[in-house]
Amino acid sequence: MQQKVFDTFEEALSDLSDGASILIAGFGGVGSPANLMRALQLSGAKDLTLIANGAGGAGLVEEGRVRKVIASFTASTRPSRRSPVEELQQQGRIIAELTPQGTLAERIRAGGAGIPAFFTPTAVGTELAEGKEHRVFNGRTYILEEAITADYAFIRCWRADTFGNLIFRRAQRNFNPIMATAARCTVVEVEEPIVAEGELDPDQIHTPGIFVQRLVYIPADGIRTVGRPPA
Amino acid sequence: MQTEKVKLTRDLMAARAAQEFQDGWIVNLGIGIPTLCSDFVPPGRRVIFHSENGVVGYGHNATGEEVDPYVVNASVQPVVLMPFASIVHHADSFGIVRSGRLDAAVLGAYQVSANGDFANWKLPGAIGGGIGGAMDIAASAKRVFLCMEHTLDGEPRLLRKCTLPITAPGVVKLVVTDIGVFEPTGEAFRMIEIAPGWTVEEIRAITEAPLIVGDDLKVLTV
Repeated sequence: MQQKVFDTFEEALSDLSDGASILIAGFGGVGSPANLMRALQLSGAKDLTLIANGAGGAGLVEEGRVRKVIASFTASTRPSRRSPVEELQQQGRIIAELTPQGTLAERIRAGGAGIPAFFTPTAVGTELAEGKEHRVFNGRTYILEEAITADYAFIRCWRADTFGNLIFRRAQRNFNPIMATAARCTVVEVEEPIVAEGELDPDQIHTPGIFVQRLVYIPADGIRTVGRPPA
Repeated sequence: MQTEKVKLTRDLMAARAAQEFQDGWIVNLGIGIPTLCSDFVPPGRRVIFHSENGVVGYGHNATGEEVDPYVVNASVQPVVLMPFASIVHHADSFGIVRSGRLDAAVLGAYQVSANGDFANWKLPGAIGGGIGGAMDIAASAKRVFLCMEHTLDGEPRLLRKCTLPITAPGVVKLVVTDIGVFEPTGEAFRMIEIAPGWTVEEIRAITEAPLIVGDDLKVLTV
């Protein structure tokens, strides 16, 4: 069986090529794969599709290396200032698909669960529902949303064993377990030293190792901060 | 004698909204003023605060040694976990929302209209937007309360009809502003509380939608 533990993030992403689609976990920096994002930045890969709660990260958008983003936030939180995504959108150089956060999460769960599409009540009656299939179930109107899968998922966890079984800590969990199921290649950065098979209690595993292809322990000189890096 | 006009601070708006929370309610708090509500739960009531990121059962904003960088609310501010807390992933977190388990949600807004529509994700001139979890929560919570400043740069925000793209149609039950508390009634807003020092006419002048005031109007106290 193929060894899943890699020594460096560069090696773990060595086959990531131009045009790749990547699910990026994390919420407000917590549970965000900052080391994998840095390695992606250094790899020079371009023409990327990024799926994340918030668009952007690691300067990739600013450098024009992102073809498409799917996110629940694409605008700047400061009304007076345009986000890098908005600037490129205006120039027609990026496709930005704005998706409600719960719809985004469910599209990813569906992608990982073999469900091609589902109906949700979210966004009915808003401009986001325009052009989407509407259907009434038990008197309530829903819209059709399609599943998301990707080439890669970038994951950050607290503990892992060499098989790729993962445990998350507190709100670090967020998008991580669902994104781990929806990619062809799930790559994980691990905060604690990776332990041998059998060291983690099977009842406590959040993400089974069958969903994980690659693991890297975050070295001492890696990004070990838990939350948002200081501004 | 003229009393000085009082404008509620962000904390006081949150505290007023929190007075609505009943014992045992599951409540989601949006980014901004709403996440302050978890600091102002009325004594004797247990409120289960739900956050988009899967924290179910958080408490007040954490300070000092209480801070755990892994435990944050929707505004990514550190909060404490209550003894009954649990953690779920993002899809399950929104499963809680979509299945109608939220008794209430407090959200921020740019505009609200008399028919209960509100707008909080796209500003004029914006190309993108910031929806976050607001559309999911607004569509499926049992009650949506808003906390917002009554005007922005002098422009009214309680309108006959929202001019910005809406977040959800017809869902708002209560609006707490810095100068009063209002209920959308369809054609108008009913003012149920007024901040100290203000007259009804002064508030009517900065409210674009029709304002209804009953004999039961109270002075807003927190």
